[in-house]
Amino acid sequence: MVKMTMVQAINSAQDVMLEKDNSVVVFGEDAGYFGGVFNCTEGLQKKYGKQRVFDTPIAEGGIIALAIGMGVNDMRPITEIQFSDYIYPAFDQIVSEASRLRYRSGGEYWAPITIRTPCGGGIRGGQTHSQSPEGIFTHVSGIKTIMPSNPYDAKGLLISAVEDDDPVVFFEPKRLYNGPFAGDPTQPPQSWDSHKKGEVPAGYYTIPIGKAETVRAGSDLTIITYGTMVHVSLAAAELSGYNVEVIDLRTLIPLDIDHIAASVCRTGRCVVVHEATKTGGFGAEILSQIQEECFWKLEAPITRVAGWDIPYPHAFEWEYFPGQGRVLAAIKLVMEG
Amino acid sequence: MVPNSGINLDVPAPRHRPGEAPEFDNLDIPNAGTVPKPDIMADPREMFGYANTLIRVLNMKHQAVGEWDPQLSADDLRTGLRDMLTTRLYDDRMQTMQRVGKMSFYMKSRGEEAVAVAQAMALDKKDMLFPSYRQQGLLISRGRDLLDMMNHCLSNSRDNCKGRQLPIMYTWRQGNFFSISGNLGTQFCQAVGWALASAYKGEDAIAATWIGEGTTAESDFHHGMTFAAVYNAPVLLNVVNNQWAISSFQGIAGGEKATFAARGFGYGMPGLRVDGNDFLAVYAVTKWAADRARAGGGPTLIEHFTYRADAHSTSDDPSKYRPEHEPEAWPLGDPVDRLKNHLIDLGEWSDERHDQAIAEITAMVTAKYKEAESYGTLNSGARPEVSSMFEDVFATQPDNLRRQRQQLGV
Ligand SMILES: Cc1ncc(C[n+]2csc(CCOP(=O)(O)OP(=O)(O)O)c2C)c(N)n1
Repeated sequence: MVKMTMVQAINSAQDVMLEKDNSVVVFGEDAGYFGGVFNCTEGLQKKYGKQRVFDTPIAEGGIIALAIGMGVNDMRPITEIQFSDYIYPAFDQIVSEASRLRYRSGGEYWAPITIRTPCGGGIRGGQTHSQSPEGIFTHVSGIKTIMPSNPYDAKGLLISAVEDDDPVVFFEPKRLYNGPFAGDPTQPPQSWDSHKKGEVPAGYYTIPIGKAETVRAGSDLTIITYGTMVHVSLAAAELSGYNVEVIDLRTLIPLDIDHIAASVCRTGRCVVVHEATKTGGFGAEILSQIQEECFWKLEAPITRVAGWDIPYPHAFEWEYFPGQGRVLAAIKLVMEG
Repeated sequence: MVPNSGINLDVPAPRHRPGEAPEFDNLDIPNAGTVPKPDIMADPREMFGYANTLIRVLNMKHQAVGEWDPQLSADDLRTGLRDMLTTRLYDDRMQTMQRVGKMSFYMKSRGEEAVAVAQAMALDKKDMLFPSYRQQGLLISRGRDLLDMMNHCLSNSRDNCKGRQLPIMYTWRQGNFFSISGNLGTQFCQAVGWALASAYKGEDAIAATWIGEGTTAESDFHHGMTFAAVYNAPVLLNVVNNQWAISSFQGIAGGEKATFAARGFGYGMPGLRVDGNDFLAVYAVTKWAADRARAGGGPTLIEHFTYRADAHSTSDDPSKYRPEHEPEAWPLGDPVDRLKNHLIDLGEWSDERHDQAIAEITAMVTAKYKEAESYGTLNSGARPEVSSMFEDVFATQPDNLRRQRQQLGV
């Protein structure tokens, strides 16, 4: 085991796959020589050459189309979209092409592509470097959607994504790149060094896609969350005085509903937490599936904590970001009515 | 991956990387004054040569030569120089303030001041500007108060973007300056739409837009070119080729295969390639394209051949991907120095006056900045009302946002 930040873990996953499988290539804007604006591909071009790790023109639609073409021709491209706020020019390629290729060709063609992209706020990035667009992709059949919350999961899931035969959008909460973040910007930055999930195997291992993990066991209430909000929720759970269970989804699609339902049916109470805007967000889907599975076991209405339904405002980052206070209030509401 | 067919995956690379000595010996730079000036209604099919040369007015002796000399008055030249200097000194100050934590982010335009300032001067104030994030000189030339620009960058209580945008993503309706997007390229075809609306309304205001050479790879560039050509829109489509996107050089955007100006030919519009560090040449080319557009001649693509003399932004460290002294090796010099030397050559300026101007502008910038800080900075002092973040999502605030605002308690 080696101590890694999330950046290093993501880098290591790509390193492992480039080493293991000749059909793997890595590309994106500034991802080649420079190693990516967040260093997630640093050193890889030097190690594997610029035919396997390279810079692309600034054209997200082109990047994904290229990946699809390569994927159809036996390769396993890992692409980097510099910020998920800039994924939209690739939307058509992802939604109309990558996602449906296998289906529309009766299984003749498919594109095993991985789309890595940093998401989320908390870095003073304003409305174009802070978005959490995962819900836009979870709505599309045929795309797997992942958002890890720590280095260990990030590496194991990224390797699984690369080996998966379906297109995967792999969201990386950038606020977690260099340390866990519990939602309070006035606290000194944390490091992955002292976090148990900062211990990562140096070599190959996988974490299965589609499996949630209970990161805190409890009997009073279940929080379902993912990404940065896992850390915020854990801190709020600690503060609440209740015996709160926290589930880190890790994969959004396919959703591990069995894991979720088992917990919520046991606790009878649930709060769903994400950073993305509320209306039409993935939380709504989680909530309705819980309602379908657990209705007769529920003891209180399920509540959501999410970003406000507005663009991410630069000056009001911390009024926007759903911090511990809001999660805590939701726990209280569900517990106390 | 195991090449055996003779076909190879080809990835272009810049001539020099960190640690190597920079030079631009491969550039073909024609002498100033050698490129003729075509009629404003010239047929684009006969203009391909203009995309493969470099229109230059200021020669090495700092004289204005050739048909493209716009014959500006000394007063105009001094105004241009002053606005470029102001842009540069403003940038320096704001970058310094970013470094000490007064704002989250900043982007300078060092080396590219002529593009924005000369173009703003050559256009009419009623013409609409759809800039990218590196043309702050447009605002300065059009007379926007630096105080307002600073207020925006500080996201303070007087920020006209109401704290919603990253610094430098200005908006200034009064000055016909469109809201800058953080998403690259998106404004390029919007400018065409604006220009068509102007034509539809029978007005003679035209539009101008700017895109980085790196961003020409986005499909938005193609959209703008196609729509502008198809509808003969009165619009100036500017590509600012400053050689570098972030870490990727212009070859990654296809600049080694053909010039960016040459893209115009395939769409049926003139493509003019101009020395972007030559204030007079930029002015003249802009004026030509604006006259053409106003006369019904349609769109023009202009490639400004320049160099990004500083980092991409405050989040960037260029020493990681290009030679440290590459900016000094740029063979087309510095736009401020070149215009200054031209004015001195004309006997209309001097080193003393230049230093004095710098001192005056610096003092003005300092005073403005001090005032701006009194209205707050990103991390301290006054801010826009928190409740305002729920406004302007829609023209009228819907109920869900009202409830969310109440939930936040503001
Ligand atoms: C759609 C989109 N993709 C990626 C980015 C990230 N990004 C910001 S600036 C930049 C480089 C742009 O280079 P260029 O167009 O040459 O303009 P310059 O910065 O040199 O003026 C990139 C990749 C973005 N802002 N928007």
